[in-house]
Amino acid sequence: MNLTLKVWRQKNKEDKGGLVTYPVTGISEHASFLEMLDVLNEQLITQGIEPVAFDHDCREGICGMCSLYINGEAHGPDRKVTTCQLHMRMFKDGETVHIEPFRSKAFPVLKDLVVDRGSFDRIQQAGGFISVNTSGNTQDANALPIPKPMADKAMDAATCIGCGACVATCKNSSAMLFVAAKVSQYSYLPQGQVERKERVLNMVDQMDQEGFGNCTNTGACEVECPKGISLEFIARMNKEYLNASTSSEK
Amino acid sequence: MSNGFSNSSVGRKVLMALSGFFLITFLTLHFVINFLSVFSADLFNMASHFMGTNWIIQFLMQPVLMFGTLFHLGMGINLELKNKAARPIKYAMNKANENSSWISRNMLITGIMILLFLGLHFYDFWIPEIQDKFVDGIWDNPTKYFPHLVHKFEDPIRVIIYCVSFVFLALHLLHGFQSAFQSAGFNHTKYTPLIKKLGYLFAIVVPLGFIFIAVFHHLCSH
Repeated sequence: MNLTLKVWRQKNKEDKGGLVTYPVTGISEHASFLEMLDVLNEQLITQGIEPVAFDHDCREGICGMCSLYINGEAHGPDRKVTTCQLHMRMFKDGETVHIEPFRSKAFPVLKDLVVDRGSFDRIQQAGGFISVNTSGNTQDANALPIPKPMADKAMDAATCIGCGACVATCKNSSAMLFVAAKVSQYSYLPQGQVERKERVLNMVDQMDQEGFGNCTNTGACEVECPKGISLEFIARMNKEYLNASTSSEK
Repeated sequence: MSNGFSNSSVGRKVLMALSGFFLITFLTLHFVINFLSVFSADLFNMASHFMGTNWIIQFLMQPVLMFGTLFHLGMGINLELKNKAARPIKYAMNKANENSSWISRNMLITGIMILLFLGLHFYDFWIPEIQDKFVDGIWDNPTKYFPHLVHKFEDPIRVIIYCVSFVFLALHLLHGFQSAFQSAGFNHTKYTPLIKKLGYLFAIVVPLGFIFIAVFHHLCSH
């Protein structure tokens, strides 16, 4: 396959940046999108041009590092996949492909296609954990009976890999699907009950401080989420927040 | 409630939903009373007279309705401004239609169209009512409502403007009805499909009914 790429190039955080056009040739339709970018970078290096910086790590759809807004969609045109799982057969030979970084005030571009998603880390630090005594007397997890439907729901929420596609896709740059998934995964389990109210209040507060927008229930996040996290969790977070706001001792 | 509730993103959405529920309830009442005019001038006059002269409705519910409407509008604009600021650099290519509906993304546009309509609607019905009661001092006139309604719908341009406005109302409700439940925390596989169906039904039946009322009186007046 031969493609024309329009890639966002930006030297650093302060640089204005812009789209630069590169042709790539000889791409296998079985290659992943990131492998195609590897080929582009090899071509650029041989031409003496600085390679395009982009995030990646596991390349098997579980780490949440790869991002990219490809042809107007987070993680590209395929559904329930990350960019590393996106195959070139989703594109046509001769096609022009736009590649941009995830756009949000809370995800500043560091270089080219690399964005700083530290805001997600800070939201997690605000409440996305349980406090457990690990000094040798930790209770066996199996000693706590958990109904299967609750465990399934918690696991559905926990599949969020924190890639930020929800933010990138949302017209309001809202992080509510991410925060809702993290709040919900603990709210279903007995281990998460002690900090339940504090957790939702603190995580939503941190989310607002980071500059994300508000959810307007367009549902775009659910469609573009590589893990298929449901909007149901946002409603659950809203309910959790309402409950915590009216009954928290804090 | 914690101090931050009404300042938080989730809190504001819940308040937006609650004001939405309130306006949906009012709209239902308004629709039922208006529809009486199709069946009987006397029935419509009686209901309108009750609404127009009952002290609780006039001096308690009417200000609450005004506040609810302004709150819904103000909060909508406030959220929209914050949302625009959350993405200062736009995408060069964005295929929003691939993952969301135009209606869900443009609630502010449909909302502003409804607001503009409310300006005309107030000019047509609310201001004359205030003039009658508080300027001319005629508090009690139980037979004026139906002739006034019919008179307003004699003008075909006004009927067209009303009909187009009701289309925008339908678009707003198509997303707003179910969205209010989601914002208020109600989303469950057991009842959400029913809420969505009810929402579509309400968003189509009520505006279509209002259109029918306007066209009916226009045709009857000629």
